[in-house]
Amino acid sequence: MNFEGEHLLPGKLGQFFVLLAFVSSIISGLAYIMSGRQKQPDEERKWISFARIAFGIEVFSILAVFSLIYYICANHLFEYLYAYKHASKELEARYLLACIWEGQEGSFLLWSIWHSVLGCVLIFSAKKREASVMTIINAAQCMLLLMTIGIYIGDVRIGSSAFVLTRNEINGPIFSRPDYLSFIKDGIGLNVLLRNYWMVIHPPVLFLGFASTIVPVGFAYSSLRLKQFGDWIKPALPWALFSGCVLGVGIMMGGKWAYESLSFGGYWAWDPVENASLVPWLILISGLHCMAIYNATGGALKASYLFIILSHFFVLYSTFLTRTGILGDTSVHSFTEAGTAMNILIGMYVLAVPLPMLVLYISNLRKMPAADIQNEEDLTSREFWMFIGSLIFFLSALFIIGLTSMPVYNAIFDLQIAEPADREFAYNKILVLVALLIGMLTAFSQYFKYRHTAKRYLFKKMAWPAGISLVVCILLLIFYPIDYEKKGPGFMVAIYAALYASIFSLVANAAYLQTVLKGKVKAGGGAIAHAGFAMMIAGMLISSGNREVISDNRKTGLFVPFDKDPTGRSSENPMDNLTLLKSVPTQMGRYTVTYVNDSADQNEKTRTYYNLHFQKKDSSSGKSAEEFRLSPDAYRMKDNNLSSNPGTRHYLTHDVFTYVSTISIPNPADDTAQFRVKEMQIGDTTFFSKGYFVLNEMLKNPDNERLHYSANDTAMFADITVHGAGNSRNKAYPGLVFNNGAVQFMNDSVVSQNLYLNLSGMAGEKKFKIGVKESDKAIDFITLKAYIFPYINLVWAGLLVMACGFIVSMTRRLKAANHITFLSVTLVLVALFYMFFLANN
Amino acid sequence: MKTSSIIILVVIAAAIGGLLMYSVDFSTYDTISSAKQKQGKYIHLIAKLDKSKPVTYDAIKDPNYLSFFATDSLGGSTKVVYRNSKPAELEQSERVVLKGKMQDGIFECDHILLKCPSKYKDDKEQLEKTVSQQ
Repeated sequence: MNFEGEHLLPGKLGQFFVLLAFVSSIISGLAYIMSGRQKQPDEERKWISFARIAFGIEVFSILAVFSLIYYICANHLFEYLYAYKHASKELEARYLLACIWEGQEGSFLLWSIWHSVLGCVLIFSAKKREASVMTIINAAQCMLLLMTIGIYIGDVRIGSSAFVLTRNEINGPIFSRPDYLSFIKDGIGLNVLLRNYWMVIHPPVLFLGFASTIVPVGFAYSSLRLKQFGDWIKPALPWALFSGCVLGVGIMMGGKWAYESLSFGGYWAWDPVENASLVPWLILISGLHCMAIYNATGGALKASYLFIILSHFFVLYSTFLTRTGILGDTSVHSFTEAGTAMNILIGMYVLAVPLPMLVLYISNLRKMPAADIQNEEDLTSREFWMFIGSLIFFLSALFIIGLTSMPVYNAIFDLQIAEPADREFAYNKILVLVALLIGMLTAFSQYFKYRHTAKRYLFKKMAWPAGISLVVCILLLIFYPIDYEKKGPGFMVAIYAALYASIFSLVANAAYLQTVLKGKVKAGGGAIAHAGFAMMIAGMLISSGNREVISDNRKTGLFVPFDKDPTGRSSENPMDNLTLLKSVPTQMGRYTVTYVNDSADQNEKTRTYYNLHFQKKDSSSGKSAEEFRLSPDAYRMKDNNLSSNPGTRHYLTHDVFTYVSTISIPNPADDTAQFRVKEMQIGDTTFFSKGYFVLNEMLKNPDNERLHYSANDTAMFADITVHGAGNSRNKAYPGLVFNNGAVQFMNDSVVSQNLYLNLSGMAGEKKFKIGVKESDKAIDFITLKAYIFPYINLVWAGLLVMACGFIVSMTRRLKAANHITFLSVTLVLVALFYMFFLANN
Repeated sequence: MKTSSIIILVVIAAAIGGLLMYSVDFSTYDTISSAKQKQGKYIHLIAKLDKSKPVTYDAIKDPNYLSFFATDSLGGSTKVVYRNSKPAELEQSERVVLKGKMQDGIFECDHILLKCPSKYKDDKEQLEKTVSQQ
């Protein structure tokens, strides 16, 4: 059958380039292996240039595939399943890239694009290690491309292609018609949960972090192959620093995203998907420190190998956890199972590089030089404590992944274990101690010297920072105590201890920069990164410890009787949800909150903003001390599914964070009442069942306690006083707003009187049409969760400082010139500052 | 390495190991009937919303009280109380993972994880339904 309107060329080209990329990755990898076996430098050079050409073809093909996927999504070619599943016509252009990496195939492609970029850099910079490093990269590329190839061997499909046709994949009656495309009006589009600017930025950064962990592994391989153990550390260290920086930032971008737009109520929930990306970072940081130890003293070589290989392994293991559907029952990031064949491929990818590397490492263990026996590790040596720190990070990583992998044990051993009752506490109670230990270690180990430190020097230098942080901590205890009692006094003490340690670390590292390095920032990458990390941990302890639920139902006294709660709920659990009736001011913590009205999004039909007015009154004068508007929003789907995005008011010291948890569903069947139109003049009175209302005057562009218009608008509102039951008096402002030639009706209601008013236009001179509707069914309300996160900015600021520390270290290891260091730090700082503090605020 | 260094390493490793052991208070996946045997114990239930029985949630009366009935594949049935707002997709869910305790015949749950067809873009059957609705 000939189908009408299909565009088959891009798909055929795409499939060709996927295959070409796959084949050239194999050829390039083999050529690099061959080059290593040549005795003659001449022959070796020939093989290498051949391998480079093959790699060039591979890179070109991958870019072509990416462009073709972009093309079919951007042009809404819904004959391709990928476009149908991930693109839609209403989708804004800025989300086009996001919808490419929403899918499995696209995100693997993103990963291989980063491999390509890294590979190109390495070809020019790795020198004698090029062949080894590129062999490893090509092996990974080959596996990644295999997963996007989608060819059949017998009945089994190997990999899944982004260019399959909708009609071949889905059964449906319409596909038997030649004009089926005219029935597919629109694609499914990007999941509304993911429609956020972080979806454009976070995946590429995270994937660059993931992809770059392979580079140090490549260097490790070159040393194992040539049996020149240890000579890989120097060139691999900047790469490990780069990876640590990018991966760390990428993870926290996910945290920021979760915080500002997903309704998890925070930036970190110990969700398996989050944990899976944190674990490789922790191990990478362990590896980084061991490499630094080797660089300075020649120790910790075996540990460096192990941690670098394992951190790459855990990157792949996290891919395995998140993409095989094995986490289905434990994670909110529900990923689906991709089918057995795909799962086997993912499993192969996980082991393809790490397993041979581990075997090679273990078989070479005995040949590696042990640390110089003469040079025993001294308790006052920096390397000893750095190693302890690495070990703590490594063990905490094992703990986290051990707990996260529970569904894997269930699948393997056919068990029925489920996660602990309080997941967050299960992690927090261990990691608060890790924070304590790491805080102390990062505080004083900077002051140690490699090999041996004189005790007097140490005490002299450490006394001030320790004292200052103690004073700061005591001041905090008095003026801003952490109020986190629900896990008992033991945990409280642990929080304070960890807080002290992180403040100590922050102060000590800052002091180190000042007193020991005499402000030589270039040499202080480590101190800067440690200070940033400490700041981040302090911010986490304070913002989570003192997070305040202001939508606490018990505090309003509205719905819950004061004595015993008839529903039997416990008093420890605050009831986070609070219902706000439209235009009824409700007390919420220190604020009086009014749900004013809704407004629809300009572009996305299903998105509604719920406008809330927050006011805090000064207790003595009664005047408004603070006033602002928040508009948390929600997508309402066809079947009344709700997907909500928080509205957050940012202050330097705290955030007021709200999101909508339920909305009233207008049911047309419930509300049969119609607007009756009354023609009224100024001063006229109209009666309704519970009382009467008076039209006081007409307002042009009003700017009063409820409406805020300026002279540039074209808005007209009726000022009405409603005299209702029980001598109540309420103001109502139905109105009309002209916007680019279109009229918007701004209806108003007096909820307590079930009265709806509408201004529908003029009726001759000085007469106005006022619509009146009474209804006893539809009360508009939203249910809200609202929190205050204090000092959350410390978390983001700490991350920025840490990223700078990484870059300073990296440029120093690369022996970059001063202005390059300065330039790259400035660039990263500006970009991250924009993303974390300005873009969404 | 000095003996003292080794001792410190071992002590730290042992302390961390001990803490890990102490921290493991895993829960279990249960069926409704086995949950009823374990009154007051924190468990996970994999069940389905019973659509023939009422779902009670009135945000105006109490936005923190939801009750519904759940059944599992073995035919067990229980009333569930969730003291939080109603997840919007509850009625559309095909499967729910409930975490909580059975108390006096009522399952008091504090977490609900919904498995909804709308999230399963990659699910073929669901795609077939979606494409036929066009």
